[in-house]
Amino acid sequence: MSEAVSLPGFADPVHEAQSTFRAVLDAMARPGQLHRVGDGLTVPAPLDQATAAVLLTMVDNETPLWLDPAAAAARDWLAFHCGAVFVEQPELAAFAVALTLPNFAMLSAGSHEAPESSATLILQIAALDMGSRYRLAGPGLREPAPLAATGLPAGFVQAWQQNHALFPRGVDIILCAGASLAALPRSVSIEEA
Amino acid sequence: MPENLLPGSPHEARRRWMAVLARASADTLAVRLGQCGAVPGYRRLRAPESGLVMVRGRAGGGGAPFNLGEMTVTRCTVRTDDGCVGHAYVAGRDERQAELAALFDALMQDPARGPDILANVIEPLAAEQQARRATVAAKAAATKVQFFAMRNMRA
Repeated sequence: MSEAVSLPGFADPVHEAQSTFRAVLDAMARPGQLHRVGDGLTVPAPLDQATAAVLLTMVDNETPLWLDPAAAAARDWLAFHCGAVFVEQPELAAFAVALTLPNFAMLSAGSHEAPESSATLILQIAALDMGSRYRLAGPGLREPAPLAATGLPAGFVQAWQQNHALFPRGVDIILCAGASLAALPRSVSIEEA
Repeated sequence: MPENLLPGSPHEARRRWMAVLARASADTLAVRLGQCGAVPGYRRLRAPESGLVMVRGRAGGGGAPFNLGEMTVTRCTVRTDDGCVGHAYVAGRDERQAELAALFDALMQDPARGPDILANVIEPLAAEQQARRATVAAKAAATKVQFFAMRNMRA
């Protein structure tokens, strides 16, 4: 085993994975709502606590994972703690981890017969409570909800509109920054505010 | 990393000591650890966790593989403050045994301690286990029925 695997995973794997799963579920149900996960987790660079917690919770040997080459330093840690199977082609991945927004077209959007087979993008950004402001609308939101994020590129809203237009196909995003996460399911529409 | 764990080299030695540790009880391991003097601190990379593994067999050692049944296994991974990572997979649900076995596996990889632990812990444990197996085998051998007598009578 590589020397890089020197950090533990969840201290209490069952309960921390359950609470993180619940947070992701709630985040998907209420797009844009912030949830705290991964507090107290010692994480390998360059992953943030929320990113690492989501991966520990969601990824196992049955979910092909595409890892941003910029995050390659965390590869051994993920292989050890998640039993993750890495794929080189993003289109084969069930989960994709990225530190910068990749092209949505690279990821699997699912098929009309099985839209649930699409990829979930776990996007780590600089901050989730400040920066560019967006307005979210769609299922789960009685009235449009605000989202502030630092680290999404300028063309994000246009790229998202193309993804959103594929509904019921499309990629879902879990935004992670520090120990916070927010989700952008494919059903949500985003405008700049 | 010691030479016997470099990629491409055989892992026979480590396989043997991990097997010996996996067969030793938690109490035995704790006593042996107490005799080892100063031991570096360690942290759990993967806390002891129990699960099931499928045991597969082959009839006669050469038939088609079949699932014999599941057995309970506890595994643990620790990392000593010296940077050695030790793993343990032990039968049953004894988390302390798994943790101590993983710690010994980590200590065995430290070139400064490995030979001492091999001589003072692994070899005595292996000898004890061998003696226990020999006793059981001897008792069982005493009940063995010799069929050749009947065959001789018929001839």
